[in-house]
Amino acid sequence: MAEKITNNDIVQEENLVYKKTDLLTDKSLSYCPGCGHGTAHRLVMEVIEELNAQEETIGIAPVGCSVLAYEFMDIDMQQAAHGRAPALATAIKRLYPEKYVFTYQGDGDLAAIGTAETIHACNRGENITIIFVNNGIYGMTGGQMAPTTLPGMKSSTSPYGRDVETMGSPLKMTELVAQLPGTYFVSRQAVHTPSAVRKAKKAIKKAFENQKLKKGLSFVEIVSNCNSGWKMTPNQSNKWMVDNMFPYYPLGDIKVPEE
Amino acid sequence: MKELRLMKGNEAISEAAIRAGVDGYFGYPITPQSEVLEYLMLEKPEERTGMVVLQAESEIAAINMVYAGAGAGKMVMTSSSSPGISLKQEGITYIAGAELPCMILNVVRGGPGLGTIQPAQSDYFQAVKGGGHGDYKLIVLAPASVQEMYDFVELSFDLAFKYRNPVMILSDGAIGQMMEKVEIGEQKVRLTDAQVKEKCPWATTGKDANRERNIITSLDLDSNKQELFNQKLQAKYKEVEANEVRYEEMETEDAEYIFVAYGTSARICQKSIELARAKGIKVGLLRPITLFPFPSKRLMELSKQVKGMLSVEMSAGQMIEDVKLAVECNIPVEHFGRMGGIIPSPGEVVEALEQKFL
Repeated sequence: MAEKITNNDIVQEENLVYKKTDLLTDKSLSYCPGCGHGTAHRLVMEVIEELNAQEETIGIAPVGCSVLAYEFMDIDMQQAAHGRAPALATAIKRLYPEKYVFTYQGDGDLAAIGTAETIHACNRGENITIIFVNNGIYGMTGGQMAPTTLPGMKSSTSPYGRDVETMGSPLKMTELVAQLPGTYFVSRQAVHTPSAVRKAKKAIKKAFENQKLKKGLSFVEIVSNCNSGWKMTPNQSNKWMVDNMFPYYPLGDIKVPEE
Repeated sequence: MKELRLMKGNEAISEAAIRAGVDGYFGYPITPQSEVLEYLMLEKPEERTGMVVLQAESEIAAINMVYAGAGAGKMVMTSSSSPGISLKQEGITYIAGAELPCMILNVVRGGPGLGTIQPAQSDYFQAVKGGGHGDYKLIVLAPASVQEMYDFVELSFDLAFKYRNPVMILSDGAIGQMMEKVEIGEQKVRLTDAQVKEKCPWATTGKDANRERNIITSLDLDSNKQELFNQKLQAKYKEVEANEVRYEEMETEDAEYIFVAYGTSARICQKSIELARAKGIKVGLLRPITLFPFPSKRLMELSKQVKGMLSVEMSAGQMIEDVKLAVECNIPVEHFGRMGGIIPSPGEVVEALEQKFL
């Protein structure tokens, strides 16, 4: 019988094809398997590593599924009250204009309870980056209707589907902030396929690099899945996202600075 | 040479902030404290000291800016008046929960609701007993003059950083709006970022390679840890009670009765003492300068000397509860107050004293 191969035999420098960035901690993610948050976290941290900005970056975690983002991101971070992350980022950037400052927020946080903070930070043209993960639902509290929940979509607080007559239409926050003179770069991406991940990373990197230009706020939406909240398997949820979310929230750059 | 100026309370506190080397002010207009933001904008503190002054989109945003600035180790403050302070309660409890130092000014007006824009002292409970959710305390200072509006800026930041706790200056529309002579202090230089890093090793100043990351949060889902944290907070408040009680006394040596009053009410009681003593009534004043911690020990001592205490407040009677707790039923404690923005006259206060005790 052949000798048993151990992990140590496999984990060798010459076998290395991918390495997690050191800026992500070793703590197990608290997200459901299949959720896009893990990939979005990784992209943000890879960008900060590539900018060599670990010592120069301060992040803001929201209330929602990513409330514990500071457990996974190995940088100085503050946890904000629900929806207030852009106000926090505003103050830190004004007090430390040379630092990179970003918020990482979900759709309930950014597009419902924090609408005022989002719009006014964008309108003032704060030199910060907002990463907006939109999965059309309140994930952490157990799948309630969000401002971004699609028409007819079922959730625990729209059990018969979102009725736009009484519950309003899904809010396209990203198109809305793109109208404001204070935003410099606005883009909508996804992280469900390798090619989408590459595009998303490019947008996130640009959104961080822009801070040095001091020309206004960079806003990147990541349309993502919530397989638990949508009550689907991860694969079903990604397919549902492509078929239903993308037509309402089309991917691509929405506002690009003139060269 | 001493520099003297004639200033409104709201202006004095703003000039004091610039001179104390405050790093950031975040506010929103509301009567009767809008002069704070107006004065700061007019003075261009960005040019004078590099201080950041920002008009936020709401009181909620402003207090959350204060949370963040404090979490990043900077000297930051906000100001508002009663309805605006109610909006700030969310941020204040997060600041207390994350143990961050900052100063919050409340230029109190009459309530409840939108109430009136005239002075009142009806936010005592909110300031002293917590205000927002959870078990926490603010250190609360009560200025009774424009000079104290000026002087309490540095004092509040000293206390805030010493205990990593939010400090509230509980003023009112009268102190904020009235003009008095103020002695102005020296201009202090703001701390550099390197000095902030050294002074606040816990702050989010950017993760140096030689330390773990700093996290500012009030969240701990583990109830055992959360209880331990609450015990730590309570121990801190005990320490504050042991070390930081401040009060002033007037004519208490031979007093048979005591007015207990803070802020504007204390100023009125000074005149009431004159009027009462002219009538042969031996009355003195205990003026709490810190409302938390409360001068309970001194009130207990005085309760062994006097026949009764009158808590004079521009409210339905809020501080009187702390006076009663302090004297443990040794003597009768009564309340006199006006509400809804009415300032009592010194004569009214003496009449109340006579009616309740003589």
